[in-house]
Amino acid sequence: MSQGLEHSLTSWSGQALKHQASWIDAIDARVRVVCSGLFALVVVLSSHFVPTLVGLLAAFILVKSSKLNIKRTLRRVIAMDLFMLTLICVLPFTTPGDAMFSVFGFDASWQGLAHALLITIKANAVLLVLFSLVATMSASTLGHALAHLKVPDKLVHLMLFMVRYLDVISQEYKKMRRAMQARAFVLRTNQHTWKSIGYLFGMLLIRSVERAERISGAMKCRGFCGRYYLNDDMKMRRVDAIFGFAFFCFLILLIGLNIDDLFKSTAD
Amino acid sequence: MTYSNQPLIKIENLSYAYPRRGSVLKAINFVLHRSERVVINGDNGAGKTTLLHLIVGLKKAKQGDIIGFGENCKTEKQFNQLRAKAGLLFQDPDDQLFCPTVLEDVMFGPLNLGFTKQQAIEKSLQTLKQLGMQGFESRITHQLSGGEKRMITLASVLVMEPQVLILDEPTNALDEKAKMRLLNVLQALPQAMIIISHDKIFSDQLATRQLNLQDGLLTEASNPAVAVA
Repeated sequence: MSQGLEHSLTSWSGQALKHQASWIDAIDARVRVVCSGLFALVVVLSSHFVPTLVGLLAAFILVKSSKLNIKRTLRRVIAMDLFMLTLICVLPFTTPGDAMFSVFGFDASWQGLAHALLITIKANAVLLVLFSLVATMSASTLGHALAHLKVPDKLVHLMLFMVRYLDVISQEYKKMRRAMQARAFVLRTNQHTWKSIGYLFGMLLIRSVERAERISGAMKCRGFCGRYYLNDDMKMRRVDAIFGFAFFCFLILLIGLNIDDLFKSTAD
Repeated sequence: MTYSNQPLIKIENLSYAYPRRGSVLKAINFVLHRSERVVINGDNGAGKTTLLHLIVGLKKAKQGDIIGFGENCKTEKQFNQLRAKAGLLFQDPDDQLFCPTVLEDVMFGPLNLGFTKQQAIEKSLQTLKQLGMQGFESRITHQLSGGEKRMITLASVLVMEPQVLILDEPTNALDEKAKMRLLNVLQALPQAMIIISHDKIFSDQLATRQLNLQDGLLTEASNPAVAVA
């Protein structure tokens, strides 16, 4: 598959996004999760360009200060922006408003373009904040943070297990795929290909179920009876409180920028 | 535990059949005594793994009794107690290592047994050290090599201080070096063992008694192994 874009979920095994150590690493995982969640909420609900752009600016600052590997981050962002590109192409035609130009009798509206751009900015801002605050911790840390935030146990376990076994399942997939290639299988658009790929995924599903049963057996052998323990204590420290407070103030600012009257009074 | 001649695990008249494969085990009798190391030989699909899973109650027998440490086990609760004393090592280490880090995985058992977090960590580190795996505690489990995974799974079973070790093809996919290391570790352990292995050299060095599982019947092997004192 394409190497250029960083998308492949199958090769992910729960490690943090590649980055150098920064002060953001020192902040409590729970604070980071809550902050990015609230940030996403505020930015997505914003209805003006100014607050979303300020949010994007803040996202850039966070990315810079979390010392992410810029090249790899950019690849991931582009993967999403390609999707956004289709939105920009489609939305002007489906949104009614003042005509910008017309193609085959369909009018593209300025309002639609503005809407699409707004969504793109929001998406990028949220994604970048997630990269800098959440993706810089490993998946198991994230799982523990969620558990400490009282996210239901079952969801947390689901996530931790997914992290652990995604890699195993993808290995299994690659193993079978290689075995197919070893017998001169090439992807074509014919019935044989569809059938074989169907078998491949069916087999993957069956093997996953069987493995799940074996894992459950192995857990029972070690005395598992429904309760799963997490082995770390998370403690809030001064730096967490300061970061949380600063972030909260910033969010208040964003909300303030959204109040319609503020703009009306300055525009008049 | 005062009298040494009381069997650790006793199987009486055990039968098991898969829905479409017919009966795999036919009225099997088996006794495991203290400090015995029993190797069970048999062809692929003879039912060796099924037998081990029946012993710890992962599969439920159609007929027959499993008496572990003097108690006839029938219910899940009884088997739960048996499992704490009889540690099963799975064929595929990946089935057993399900936590992100080694330490979390090893301390999973002690936590289930009711130890506090601090005790569990201490016990785990001690067991890892005993197996020569110190320094591995913060490693990510799925990034370990095959031999390392095997040693960690052994640690995760041993940390529960079982009286019986049940090993399902422990040398599966191990290289010679890892195999020798495992052999040395196992020979030094005091626990009674039930072992399935297709590795003749490996099992001959461990076994105090060899059994054959064929056509659903468990019989003494015709060629007695080298007796280990």
